[in-house]
Amino acid sequence: MAETVIEVRGLRNQFGSHVVHENLDLDVYRGEILGVVGGSGTGKSVLLRTIAGLQRPAAGSVRMLGTDMETASEAELRGLSERIGVMFQDGALFSSLSVLENVEVPLKAIPGLGTELTEALARLKISLSGLPWIAGDKYPAELSGGMRKRAGLARALALDPEIVFLDEPTAGLDPIGAAAFDEVIRDLSRSLGITVFLVTHDLDTLYAVCDRVAVLAEKRVLVTGTVEEMAEVDHPWVKEYFLGPRARAARGAIAAPPTKG
Amino acid sequence: MERRTHRRQGSFEIRSEAERTRVELSGRLTVRDLPSLEAALREIDGEGPVEFDLASAESIDTSIAWAIDAARQRFDARQAEVSVTSAAPNVAQVIETVTEARPTPEPAEPGAPWLTALLSRIGAGVVGMGALLTEFAGVFGMFLARVAQSIIRPREFRLTALVHHCEAVGLQAVPIVALMSFLIGVVLAFQGSAQLRQFGAEVFVVDLIAISILRELGVLLTAIIVAGRTASAYTAAIGSMKMRQEIDAMRTLGIDPGHALIVPRVLALLLMLPILGLIADAAGLFGGALMSWMELGISPAMFATRLVEGTNVSNVFVGLVKAPVFAILIGVIGCQAGLKVGSTAESLGRMTSSAVVAAIFAVILADAIFSIFFQQIGL
Repeated sequence: MAETVIEVRGLRNQFGSHVVHENLDLDVYRGEILGVVGGSGTGKSVLLRTIAGLQRPAAGSVRMLGTDMETASEAELRGLSERIGVMFQDGALFSSLSVLENVEVPLKAIPGLGTELTEALARLKISLSGLPWIAGDKYPAELSGGMRKRAGLARALALDPEIVFLDEPTAGLDPIGAAAFDEVIRDLSRSLGITVFLVTHDLDTLYAVCDRVAVLAEKRVLVTGTVEEMAEVDHPWVKEYFLGPRARAARGAIAAPPTKG
Repeated sequence: MERRTHRRQGSFEIRSEAERTRVELSGRLTVRDLPSLEAALREIDGEGPVEFDLASAESIDTSIAWAIDAARQRFDARQAEVSVTSAAPNVAQVIETVTEARPTPEPAEPGAPWLTALLSRIGAGVVGMGALLTEFAGVFGMFLARVAQSIIRPREFRLTALVHHCEAVGLQAVPIVALMSFLIGVVLAFQGSAQLRQFGAEVFVVDLIAISILRELGVLLTAIIVAGRTASAYTAAIGSMKMRQEIDAMRTLGIDPGHALIVPRVLALLLMLPILGLIADAAGLFGGALMSWMELGISPAMFATRLVEGTNVSNVFVGLVKAPVFAILIGVIGCQAGLKVGSTAESLGRMTSSAVVAAIFAVILADAIFSIFFQQIGL
């Protein structure tokens, strides 16, 4: 298998006396799209925040791109933040800036990049995320939920990160918008070689884009594997999730096209 | 695979050969290499074809691909041929993706000439002001209607909410209001005595303090503090409920927002502001008396005598009668701004600050109108 870009060992997260993760291990490999699933309250977003360095774990270690997040210096963490991108659930765009200015924010950290180049690159990222030119001049409040997510993706991609974290990328989108977003994620990951760590509830996304799935249950990563392998896992929650009526529908939708793999 | 944790190295070289220019990219090129690469690419001015040799380019990111694509567009315009050779599959893929996604400018809608824009902005402002007044009347009318309904059907009246808001806007504001008024009394006594001493009329400082605090400053400054404190709190509370659709939920559950949110808030202010005004009056007189005693040697007993003799009780009335009006203005403006909050956090912040400004402005405007009114009727 390819190089491991994220290595989580013995992770423990807790809020007060409420333990969210206990002894959690997870590996993410370069270039893959990993989907993290789990019931509500199993700490999927907490895991994402911990790996992305937004939250300190109570115990355990997180290594990302060869850097130990616990012992890394300020400068190392800053350098690391240029190599990862995070798309938050509702985009988390700066509301006082236009979409274009939002995408320019991370680019401003690059020395020597003039205003002209910055704008051109931001326009390119906006276009790569599938937004039309005029969306760049709009403010986040003027965009629909789906466009805000794309704008959030454009900002996450601004510095060509090696790893992109996506928190519920398709939540709140209509099926057509969600499918289009899935496609953008897969195409960008494949063509630019980006590793994607995505947290989702959307079975369609799992079947359509994810190379591997990690199931969070019982405070740890219960199993990892391809979606097909999940059907054979003998665990009540995993069974219900991957063999339930909705999963059948999602699997059917993927199996139906003539290019069945 | 080799693990690189340090800055990755990339370089480029541009060579002008006979009839062609060769651009050789090597290593791992990222956006950090873009400024120099782009500057160099812009300097190529030859007529001949340009060849990008990517044989030793390990990886490039989208910004480098963009530079290649942009160069291609520029040379295409000059009818010079651009070719990309020996690119590794991953590198070629990036170039292809970027070329496909090349953003095409869309013509912006032509803006109006500046004079038209200026006029239309002023016009929109005036119309907006009119709309604001209408809205104010609407919310005020709703308040009156709901109060009337509560009198007919007392069951709909929310006593608990009223008491809660009375505590928040009244009781909890007492320390700040009393302290502010006390200090104003001190300042007036201090400044007044310094001026009046020149005429040997120190004793009139009592009249000065009494009349200015009782007639104007006590209530006006209380109203301004309450406007800053309470109007913003009302806007923020109602606005965040509006933002999270709680008000829509109330409506669907058959709860009237007027009854639940506006009546208790405005009524609480209506009840509390006169009381706060009275406290401010007392604290101001106390501060003035204390300063007069220390600075001018006017004993508290003498201050009291002078106060009763020289100051008509109508001054207190003139002051306090304004309080309910200020209360309605502050309460209604605060609630109205809260109801106007949209779906973003930004609009909540904007409406909160504009509610405070509008409430303070309305209080001062109303005070000026009262002054003219009392002048005319000779009070």
